[in-house]
Amino acid sequence: MKDKIFRFLLFLAAVLILLLTAGIVYALVSRSTEAFGEYGIWSFIVNPEWDPRPATEEYGAMSFILGTLYTAFFALFLCIPFSFSVALFNGEYFKGMKISSAVRSVVDLLAGIPSIVYGLWGFYTIRPLIIDLGINAQGFGIFLSSVVLAIMIIPYASSLSTEFLSMVPNNLKEGAYSLGATRIEVIRHISIPSSLPGIVASYILALGRALGETMAVTMLIGNTDRIPQGLRDTGNTMASVIANQFGEADGFKLSSLIAIGLLLFVITAIINMIAKLIMKRVSRL
Amino acid sequence: MEGITNQNGMEPVLRFIDVSVSYTPGVYAVKNVSTAIYPNTITAVMGPSGCGKSTLLRAINRMHDLYANIKTTGQIILKGKDVLKTDPMEVRRMAGMVFQQPNPFPTMSIYDNVLAGYKLNGIKLNKEEKDEIVEDSLRNVALWNEVKDAMNKRGSFLSGGQQQRLCIARALALKPEVLLMDEPTSALDPISTNRIEELLLELRKQYSMLIVTHNMSQAARISDNSMFMYLGELVEHNNTKQMFTKPRNRRTEEYLTGVFG
Ligand SMILES: Nc1ncnc2c1ncn2[C@@H]1O[C@H](COP(=O)(O)OP(=O)(O)OP(=O)(O)O)[C@@H](O)[C@H]1O
Ligand SMILES: [Mg+2]
Repeated sequence: MKDKIFRFLLFLAAVLILLLTAGIVYALVSRSTEAFGEYGIWSFIVNPEWDPRPATEEYGAMSFILGTLYTAFFALFLCIPFSFSVALFNGEYFKGMKISSAVRSVVDLLAGIPSIVYGLWGFYTIRPLIIDLGINAQGFGIFLSSVVLAIMIIPYASSLSTEFLSMVPNNLKEGAYSLGATRIEVIRHISIPSSLPGIVASYILALGRALGETMAVTMLIGNTDRIPQGLRDTGNTMASVIANQFGEADGFKLSSLIAIGLLLFVITAIINMIAKLIMKRVSRL
Repeated sequence: MEGITNQNGMEPVLRFIDVSVSYTPGVYAVKNVSTAIYPNTITAVMGPSGCGKSTLLRAINRMHDLYANIKTTGQIILKGKDVLKTDPMEVRRMAGMVFQQPNPFPTMSIYDNVLAGYKLNGIKLNKEEKDEIVEDSLRNVALWNEVKDAMNKRGSFLSGGQQQRLCIARALALKPEVLLMDEPTSALDPISTNRIEELLLELRKQYSMLIVTHNMSQAARISDNSMFMYLGELVEHNNTKQMFTKPRNRRTEEYLTGVFG
């Protein structure tokens, strides 16, 4: 009897979560229809104009989609050398040693720092550096956001790729060593190729995190509503424009912001799905 | 070593002089082993589980160097070179190893698996040299006819026995001085085992081989000489026929007659 009640409660919880998710999607979709209905989904996506002036009011998502992609991909690019080194350190060179678990805990600590703290640090510590380096006058922009984002996603990229690297079977590595390979050669020709799909999937997941990161980016990107003209320029990401403008928005503008939120949700979901698919295939090998 | 078959009165290809290996300080998995292996012979390494067979084999190509805690002492002379004082990479190219579980590289094609030793060592070859090495090595292990039309397929698609022959081909491609095999057929079915045994007898014309085996009839079928190890020590190393008919040591006799092990 107790067992039955418990099972019923579990079932209830599962259904509730499903309903909740469906509810969120429904709310996003229903409140985006105004914007999508006015412009058409595709025109809304590809339109780079974001003009809230009442006379010429017009909204499109392209500036923010591009802002998001620039920031996230540049952050990913910056994070690769670091997270890859961490993964090699923990998953290959010092695998199973004390020093590796120490490094691992420190890197995991990075994941626990609240986004707003990264924002503050970026604002007060990295921004002056960017100005000193002459990258741009105010320091704000894609570059600054990407640097901070890169650090934020290192733990996600490195911990998973460490797992995949350390899963490379020992008998393959020994097979390579027995042919006279050096460690570097074993890493290059055996460990990395064998774990490559998993490593790629880890980076895709990290990219997913970078796409949706809001607080720190909102504080650092400069919040301009046009297509960024390069990495030194300011801009807005899909997340940051919502965070920045939803407070004073209503009507069309609010609906457009929610539509951007829906698009971000879809993009992130697709990215995560791709990563999960790759991982599923890896674990089947 | 008296009694060991040395068909052509040649110098040993491999000598062990007082070789000991320890995983934990003070505990020896291989203890004071001294003996010699002659060219073009197959030597079976036997003994109960845990007696140090794998440990001895892996000392030869310095696999123990991969793990910081393992200490090897004594001298191992391979073709006149003191293995423990030679660059491990060079030693490993001179001593090919075949593992218990076939381990072709799953990210490489059959063709690239055969050439893996060259690729891993950064040795550049032109297409003709490559083709020649691949064909020779695969013919050597009687795999050529089975895979010549599937060169670009992954090695992991082959059957267990074919994979193991591919691994032997991969080791032979580097033209080693000796071939070290640690229970190479224990993961295989009887037919594949049979083919590998035939192959080893064929390869004896060119190579010296050490083969760890728990299968006494296998040792009797293919080996010229046999080593019997017990608790890390080399108890007896003798011509296989003599050892199976008239073992000198009581422990060897007990092992061979199945009293223990
Ligand atoms: N990595 C290791 N760390 C510590 N001790 C080890 C390790 N590998 C083997 N040993 C010990 O060394 C001794 C010899 O082991 P070895 O693997 O050489 O035996 P073996 O004769 O090959 O046995 P088997 O027939 O089971 O393969 C055993 O007592 C074993 O417990
Ligand atoms: Mg063993």
